[in-house]
Amino acid sequence: MTIILKTEELNKVYRSGGIVGARQIHALRDVNITVDSDKPVVIAVVGESGSGKTTLAKTLLRLEAPTSGRAIVYDNVVAGTGATQSKREFLGLVQPIFQNPFEAFSRYRPVDAYLYETARRVAGMDKTQAEAAVADALDSVGLDHGHIRGKYTAQFSGGELQRISVARALIPQPKLIIADEPVSMIDASRRMIIINLFKRLRDEAGRSFLYITHDLATAYYISDFVAVMNKGQVVEFGPARQVMSDPQHSYTRLLLDSIPTIRSRWRPRAPVAA
Amino acid sequence: MIRLNALKISYRIGGRIIGAVDGVTLTIPDGCIVGIAGESGCGKSTLMKAIYGDIQAPMYLSGGSINYGLKGLDGRPVTTDNIRKEWFRSISYVPQSSMNSLNPVTRIREQFIDFPGTDSNKKRVLERARDYIGRLGLAPDILDSYPHQLSGGMRQRVMIGLATFFQPELIIADEPTTALDVVVQKEILMLLMEVQEQMGNTVLVVSHDMGVHYQTTHKMLIMYAGRVVEYGDTDSVFADPQHPYTKMLIDSLPTIGDDSMRGVMASQSGAGGDRAYQVEPSLVEVKPNHFVAGPALDAGALA
Repeated sequence: MTIILKTEELNKVYRSGGIVGARQIHALRDVNITVDSDKPVVIAVVGESGSGKTTLAKTLLRLEAPTSGRAIVYDNVVAGTGATQSKREFLGLVQPIFQNPFEAFSRYRPVDAYLYETARRVAGMDKTQAEAAVADALDSVGLDHGHIRGKYTAQFSGGELQRISVARALIPQPKLIIADEPVSMIDASRRMIIINLFKRLRDEAGRSFLYITHDLATAYYISDFVAVMNKGQVVEFGPARQVMSDPQHSYTRLLLDSIPTIRSRWRPRAPVAA
Repeated sequence: MIRLNALKISYRIGGRIIGAVDGVTLTIPDGCIVGIAGESGCGKSTLMKAIYGDIQAPMYLSGGSINYGLKGLDGRPVTTDNIRKEWFRSISYVPQSSMNSLNPVTRIREQFIDFPGTDSNKKRVLERARDYIGRLGLAPDILDSYPHQLSGGMRQRVMIGLATFFQPELIIADEPTTALDVVVQKEILMLLMEVQEQMGNTVLVVSHDMGVHYQTTHKMLIMYAGRVVEYGDTDSVFADPQHPYTKMLIDSLPTIGDDSMRGVMASQSGAGGDRAYQVEPSLVEVKPNHFVAGPALDAGALA
């Protein structure tokens, strides 16, 4: 068994305000998650805005240092005491995908330049290797390099651009991809294209994902494990099917009850008299 | 009752003319919530802007007309030309992002007083606003806060408060809950339904979440590439969708407890962009109050 992801007493406290009247915000409070598996997995983190989902992602991506505790990804300490990897080693292990692909890439630079840069700088490839790796990565997300070469963000739809971000993240062959709300900017009817891509990359390319979302339905569809967060704490954690079909914590039940399903209504909708 | 007669809305961009709404004819009865669904670029927001009467360059009315069936304050019928005078009185708008819609530098109470043509007695307006805000489940002292002091859900509730303050006959809500979490979304939708039931007005709700539509609407309007694909009673549309595009929208998202792979197939057939389905401008009534776009030529092949 490999430890795919483990957090040990992870805490993050933000301080706001001056010397007088300073406030402390506990964005992460004793977060303990362990995912042990032989196979690559998708781990969903769900919860409302301000629940600490994004802070958890930032901590695991080394964009924020934890106040205390540590995090382990594939047997490497990535955050907290003992995190000794170089930035390059780290980015070869963990790669991010952000919420808004239009903001993640600059408007003034061809999108494929980012893919080359990742290949050259992070994966340390030479020019020909990089060219091949970029074409390969784009191919694995169902895009053709010839169509993307030299184009700018404005020439793509949100869905295409998000697939390009996935391709970029794949280039250094990371073990874990952290995707923070990757589909919330994409049309509902196109979201499943990205979600199914994650599923395929897990099953066929051996990548694990940390899927951060407030959409419980897609989390149910794709995840092996789910962590439910509320006010900086993980209130429920376990196999996704089990947590979502038999929730134990009242907050998980509240979240599940709030999903607008097309099965049963919150209140009757009487047909309108013509 | 609102009648759209062969309505066409276009944008003039440079030397090009882009048709966003391409011949929409339908009747919206009074006193119901109508949901409008379709993906980005299908013309749903353009249609809402046109009904709201916010037609500004480069957008223009290139054909047809809107018949509101409403009388303005001066007793004359409301038309596209004079509808601006009715904004917030008989027609109002709840925009998508309330963060950008409330004035960030004034308190909420000023925004209630600020309405064009409100009672000149500020005290009386405030009294009414305080009373009304309370009925919407907000603490009255919210009136004394600035927008940034409120959470996204509270701001959206304030927007609903502002939009319904004068009990307008028609409310247009463009993606009213898109930026909100599920728990807050449910509260906002419940509030919207309650307000509508009390006032009996007509509400048009734009959303790309079919679950939101199922929960809140009486009637559904499905748009695709500037045209109406399907229009009918919500129960009928969900129980028996006629057009393959409607079926795709309903099936495109997974449901908790449903392990089938139907969403996978559905979303892939929808990936062809706005050319995947051929939609005719004429509607055929297949069942009572359930209309579908005329013979869909290529659609069957892709579904």
